Amino acid sequence: MNLNESSLSFNEKVIFALRSLYRERGYSQYKMSKFEEYDLYARNKDFLISDSVITFTDTNGKLMALKPDVTLSIIKNLKDLPDCVQKVYYNENVYRISKGSHAFKEIMQTGLECFGDIDNYNICEVVSLAAKSLRTVSESSVLDISHLKLIGDITDSLGVDEYGKKEIIKCISEKNAHELKRVCSSLGVDEEKTELIRLLITTCGRPDEVLPRLEASLNGRTDLSPIKQLREIIDGVDEDIKDMLRIDFSVVDDMKYYNGIVFKGYIEGIPSSVVSGGQYDRLMNRMKRKSGAIGFAVYLDTLERLGTSAKEYDVDTILIYGDSDAPSAVSATLKALSVNGSSVLACKKIPEDIKYRAAVRLSNCEVNSDEKNA
Amino acid sequence: MKKMLNVALPKGRLGEKVYAMFEKAGFECPSIKENNRKLIFENEEIGVRYFWVKPSDVAIYVERGAADVGVAGKDILLEYEPDVYELLDLDIGKCRMAVAAKKDFRDDNQRTLRVATKFTNIASQYYLSKGRDIDIIHLNGSIEIAPILDLSDVIVDIVETGTTLKENNLEVFETIVPISARLIANKTSFRFKAESIEKIVSEIAAQTEADK
Repeated sequence: MNLNESSLSFNEKVIFALRSLYRERGYSQYKMSKFEEYDLYARNKDFLISDSVITFTDTNGKLMALKPDVTLSIIKNLKDLPDCVQKVYYNENVYRISKGSHAFKEIMQTGLECFGDIDNYNICEVVSLAAKSLRTVSESSVLDISHLKLIGDITDSLGVDEYGKKEIIKCISEKNAHELKRVCSSLGVDEEKTELIRLLITTCGRPDEVLPRLEASLNGRTDLSPIKQLREIIDGVDEDIKDMLRIDFSVVDDMKYYNGIVFKGYIEGIPSSVVSGGQYDRLMNRMKRKSGAIGFAVYLDTLERLGTSAKEYDVDTILIYGDSDAPSAVSATLKALSVNGSSVLACKKIPEDIKYRAAVRLSNCEVNSDEKNA
Repeated sequence: MKKMLNVALPKGRLGEKVYAMFEKAGFECPSIKENNRKLIFENEEIGVRYFWVKPSDVAIYVERGAADVGVAGKDILLEYEPDVYELLDLDIGKCRMAVAAKKDFRDDNQRTLRVATKFTNIASQYYLSKGRDIDIIHLNGSIEIAPILDLSDVIVDIVETGTTLKENNLEVFETIVPISARLIANKTSFRFKAESIEKIVSEIAAQTEADK
């Protein structure tokens, strides 16, 4: 089969490239049904980006949903094998409310999940693949890494209730140091501990600059094992993506589901994160699984406006034929014109509102005129 | 080529004050002071482009990346919860989000409280946190007349001096949250235009600190 690259859209090219990237590391494709029992999402609503789900009643009376998320289905359907590692990737449509239009949208999402006995090697591999996924799309991209144990340990030590913790974590995720001061003061958090949180907000940048500074500032004030793990992960990732990594604690996912290393990827020119992922052992636990897990999703819908300018022409050439032209002559002329993958539309009359580079007229089985673009 | 930093300024007096702060921080754009109807101004040499937008739209421009940074009121940030970084409290445009009602108003817990407001999200969150059952009435303006015409029991609105409330025989019963102008940044821009954004933050932080 000959595949002409120019016939693929930018997103399709990205999907093919990511598929081979994940396959090279031994990930196998996971295919799933478009529908899932609604109950799965109702029990884990907070895990979903948007909690609205399209539902319908199946012929057997069960309330079903069009998948708003892939990870939950994979966890539910994959066998729990905590002593080994299972690696899968997916490329599926999900159905969510779009933030802008407040209406449901079909969104193409790709990503991978790694389940089982997750060690630092597995984390390095997933982080490397997340960074390489970004680089597949654009050279100008970064992957920001954070550690939820570090954030959790520090917020737990403040002696505030869950509501207070939520407020403080919101400040961290917004890099909102001034609001943090107000929140901490209203919660009765002392200045030294407020400063510790402020450090998480203001510390971001290259790991080789940030981690030594952070370690020195946190020494004796909190458990340093998350910093040690961050170092190990950054040392262990593929050499060619090391320059893309940054430490940034504003990457905070819901701690009810996520734990440990979490990350988000950004591409210059795309206003929101393109890649999002991390360890989600707590979600596994909630779903009564013994395995650990790490994975990420690539939001392909965000790439729509990248890498392509608006199409200049609908078709390269229009081949106009008449009643007297034999189908074989039309077909042979079309074949001759569609060299190097250029597109040729054969028709009797030029359709309205079409933009084309050139038009060729066939008359009595002979090409006898060449009309330039309208 | 120098990367252009796009700044969304809120139209009006507040925006002019904000521009003065940016100018003092080294991001001047003299053409913005020309008296004309243009909305976009740039200084290519410094690499900055300003545009005037409706104050309530600033957060949208920043969230969607049309602007790298912008200045929006805390009321807008609380109401629309845009996915942006809130980097600085500029300490200007100060007011408060408050609950106001007719002077003789007494809250009857046995009845659903009727709340008229432009800020439905802020009002819902506030009464949810208090466990109070409410009926939200979304209005786009002249909120103050709602209790007078018995359309609502209370209003949730921005109060600056309280003069409008007084003139309509209303008074503030509770303050929900203090409001001021905030410097916000797009999350991707924060990573790819870090140098300029960090410079703005540190320079303007120094100005607000000095003004205290």
